[in-house]
Amino acid sequence: MKNNLVPLVVLAVLAGLPLLGLNSYVMHILILSIMWTLAGMAWNLLGGYCGQVSFGHAAFFGMGAYSAGLIHLHLGLSPWWGFLVSLPLVALVALAMGSVVLRLRGPYFVLATLAIGEVLRITCENLTDFTKGTLGIMITRTWVEKTQYYYIILGLALLGFMVCRAIVHSRWGYYFVAIREDQDAAESMGIDTTRYKTIALTVSAMLTGLAGAFYTNYMGYIDPGVVFSLGEISILIIMVVMVGGVATQWGPALGAGIMVILAEYIRSLPLIGVAYQTMFGVLLIVIIIYLPNGLVGDWPVLRRKLLRRGATA
Amino acid sequence: MLEVRNIDVAYGDVQVIWDVSFRVGQGEIVAMIGANGAGKSTIMRTVSGVLRPGKGQILLAGEPIHTVEPYTLIEKGLAHVPEARRLFPEMSVEENLDMGSLRGRARKERARTKERVFSIFPRLSERRRQASGTLSGGEQQMLAIGRGLMALPRLIMFDEPSLGLAPILVQDIFNVIRTVRDEGMTVLIVEQNVRQTLALCDRAYVLENGRITQEGAGADLLRDPHVKAAYLGV
Repeated sequence: MKNNLVPLVVLAVLAGLPLLGLNSYVMHILILSIMWTLAGMAWNLLGGYCGQVSFGHAAFFGMGAYSAGLIHLHLGLSPWWGFLVSLPLVALVALAMGSVVLRLRGPYFVLATLAIGEVLRITCENLTDFTKGTLGIMITRTWVEKTQYYYIILGLALLGFMVCRAIVHSRWGYYFVAIREDQDAAESMGIDTTRYKTIALTVSAMLTGLAGAFYTNYMGYIDPGVVFSLGEISILIIMVVMVGGVATQWGPALGAGIMVILAEYIRSLPLIGVAYQTMFGVLLIVIIIYLPNGLVGDWPVLRRKLLRRGATA
Repeated sequence: MLEVRNIDVAYGDVQVIWDVSFRVGQGEIVAMIGANGAGKSTIMRTVSGVLRPGKGQILLAGEPIHTVEPYTLIEKGLAHVPEARRLFPEMSVEENLDMGSLRGRARKERARTKERVFSIFPRLSERRRQASGTLSGGEQQMLAIGRGLMALPRLIMFDEPSLGLAPILVQDIFNVIRTVRDEGMTVLIVEQNVRQTLALCDRAYVLENGRITQEGAGADLLRDPHVKAAYLGV
């Protein structure tokens, strides 16, 4: 009962926020946080629950972004149709990719996903006739105001949240965890591991693609170096989940908020601002050492430590 | 029940199993004994489909199983209690048992089979909500066996069930294996604990350097001079 109420309360608060008349910078931070929450939840399904760590989710993010950009560029359609176009496209690519890379395990799988993200970036940079290469694609944004974008990404994130929640609590969710814990044992329990890994990858990819399609519509400009970026997309998605909490329901949301605000803050610092990715690296190391399950996952440990300190002080 | 015909198994270029044949009859306890590195676990992994034989056939109730996908074997009635237990450490005891009964009849009978497993291993019942990774070695082995039983298999294979257990627990585990057989399941067991295994089984095969060198009734092998010298240290 309590668990069913929490998402509703969070949703109500988030839905009410724009009514406070927040300035456009705060709205921008909120929109980015929610977009990263969506991408983080998507990654978490594959990496957190199913245990298949992907360093190439920029591939799906970028494909979503370019779905929106390309239909506008070539067909003159509204980039909002990018959402619908991206779903089958990303699913198809994820299926094809899964049939190759999901045969690999552990570090080999990680390296293969990393390679695919980079391959897509380079392809996109060089297909200049089709994608305009590194010039990128510019679209005219539908609204100047942020409020509409805010509600759209909130709706998408809600969809992602419900999809992930439904899957994690279904039989599939158990299969994913079994595969993460011990793939051979899962296989000998009668789980078709290849099939369920492919499902996790495809759903994860489709949700990430939606985040990408939103990015195009919101930012109004995309180029391969940004939307297929290893550092700014693939690794940031992982950071969001690692900081917030691997294989937790609320981890990606918390992680996304922290990472977006942190990125903005560090970038604004004089001198060290340009090295914000270095800071992320340091943060990641600290998280892995002290909170390997992220803030949400290690919350009981964290609370115990804080309480003990409070008691002795 | 299970018939293995002239299989060769290799890891890459290194062949470790040479022309091995054996059979396990309905209702028997058959043991495979041998030293470290003789190829016992390799044979188990081949029967359960993780490895593929380079040559030869594996038949379960007359049906070839060396060509099918490994995840279909459990539905055909073959359960594998693997070496070192291979539990799902972050799942609870009960969830691990549920994972053992995902398909077909086992799924329908889940509640009843679980009660039976809990009556065989009351310890598991006390800890049903505990994460399996936090159990002691003996409890983990009980859970691994329980998980195998949850599939309601016709043939259950045990890979080194006594590994790392105190002697008194080994006796308990072996008694359970006997109970399992008495309830109508066929058992294939691979062990290094030769004396107790030979006392338990109906028939046994001796595996040396990837080849079967001897076979016979458990009681006969216990008296065999070679087995005595090589495995029993007398």
